[in-house]
Amino acid sequence: MTLTQEATAGRAETRARPGRRRSQRLAALAFLLPALAYIVVFFGYPLVGNLVMSTQNYTVRSFYTGQAPFVGLDNYAAVFRNPVFGTAVTNTILFTAGSIFFQFTIGLALAVFFNGRFLGSATLRSLLLLPWLLPLVVSGAVWRWMFDQDHGIINAALRALHLASGPTPWLTSTSWALPAVILTNIWIGVPFNLVILHGGLRAIPDVLYEAAELDGANAWQRFQHVTWPLLRPVTGIVLMLGLVYTIKVFDVIMVVTGGGPADATQTLTTLSYGLSFHDFAFGQGAAVGNILIVLATCFGLVYLRSARASLSEVAS
Amino acid sequence: MRTLRHARLRTVAGLVIVAILLFPLYWMINASLQPSGALLKPSPELFPANGTFDGYRRALSGQLGHLVTSLIVSLGTVVVSLAIAMPASYALAQLRIRGGTMFLFVTLIVQMIPGIVMANALYTVFSNLGLIDNYLGLILADSTATIPFAILLLRAFMISIPRELSEAARIDGAGYWRTFTSIIVPLSRNAMVTAGLFSFLFAWADFLFAITLTTGQSFAPVTVGIYRFLGNQSADWNGIMATATLASIPAAILLVIAQRYVVAGMTSGAVKD
Repeated sequence: MTLTQEATAGRAETRARPGRRRSQRLAALAFLLPALAYIVVFFGYPLVGNLVMSTQNYTVRSFYTGQAPFVGLDNYAAVFRNPVFGTAVTNTILFTAGSIFFQFTIGLALAVFFNGRFLGSATLRSLLLLPWLLPLVVSGAVWRWMFDQDHGIINAALRALHLASGPTPWLTSTSWALPAVILTNIWIGVPFNLVILHGGLRAIPDVLYEAAELDGANAWQRFQHVTWPLLRPVTGIVLMLGLVYTIKVFDVIMVVTGGGPADATQTLTTLSYGLSFHDFAFGQGAAVGNILIVLATCFGLVYLRSARASLSEVAS
Repeated sequence: MRTLRHARLRTVAGLVIVAILLFPLYWMINASLQPSGALLKPSPELFPANGTFDGYRRALSGQLGHLVTSLIVSLGTVVVSLAIAMPASYALAQLRIRGGTMFLFVTLIVQMIPGIVMANALYTVFSNLGLIDNYLGLILADSTATIPFAILLLRAFMISIPRELSEAARIDGAGYWRTFTSIIVPLSRNAMVTAGLFSFLFAWADFLFAITLTTGQSFAPVTVGIYRFLGNQSADWNGIMATATLASIPAAILLVIAQRYVVAGMTSGAVKD
């Protein structure tokens, strides 16, 4: 859609006088220059710097001496040999898949529910945005308090409902910690899914539902044959955005478990942080960061493809 | 009659859903008002019946400086982001520019770069430039997340401003800068509010740059303050939850007074129309 708009604009421009066109190009460049410079310095440089660092033995001393010997792929080899790396990859996948699946299904169910017209639906829906707008550190702290083994509300509720015989060690057991951080992250991500999917639902014309109802389709059939197919473009974008955001989550894990206990909730992001800022092995931290970039880019490219597909669908 | 009762049932169900999903926030406020002794009882108090403001007193005495730091960094991020993104969006949306599509593609791509990678590299640069434990350092780092977002959002809006408006201004003798300040900026007010609001919220919530680009001395935003509070004395849940409540205030205020802009910003990344 935007592409065609730009193309027509370009055609109009060629009809203008060439002198003015050049002056407009220069002006445009001048307006764009600060952003261009910022992106080169603050994205270009870190990306290259990170690549270079990952091939160097970069330690605390390097900051003072300015020297870091070239070690080739030793950092990557060290990372792959690190037993925590495998755990981090598995956890990143479990964390991302678990978060997105439940964020999306709960978000979609709520979007369908709040799409109906009833008293207060708009107000209630906007209240649900709050968890998403809060600083992640705040949400993480609250959930850490709720997960507290002895004084947390979650264990108290389970006890009151006779669902658990003893207190569950949510954050101190290696098998419960990962589900606990995933649960926290689901709570944080539901509002985002709800809002975007609700926007997508609103764009579906009412006549289609009326026609389906006349044809005798029940609620589930209407969802299956009208809502779901027409929501496809938005669904793709929500899932991809969720993937790109979730794969690099840092705050939630750091605050709720700090990657522990015994590395049970370590992901690639927290591992990279730990290597650089705790062990001061900046070269290895950079190597893990680069592996994360490769993962995020793969997903990002899929996102861009689906975004372009849905954009051209809208345009046609 | 049947549909009316049906709608009422849905309102009740909606209330229940909201109550369940917002319960953690109630639990935060509840804990922020209860004396630490009450919080450590075997069965939790559901209401702050014997409430106390001690937690808020401790939060303010220990964290007020951090809250102010966060405020300065967030406002600075808003200014820097808009100052860089506004002219760029004008060039991309209203002026013919070579490589404009390429530039947009780059702004989309850089948003996917994980923050930890940026932090890793920025730490080495900033420590050489003296930008660690520094307002400007954090503002510039936070802007890496907000500038690409602001450019995409503002450009998408400015494309809808008819080009005839700025053409007419130029025929009347206005230069590009004049056209930008007296036509584009006033017309883009709503999109600017949305972009500014999200820049503020991002910088306010930022933890990754805050923890990596500060050394833990006196200079720290409130997110780092809460994190250290949790690590140092995790028994003082009353004080921690009071600080967390204070740190949630900007988001709550913005949701109440600027909900329209919030929704506009959230959907802008995903639903392009």
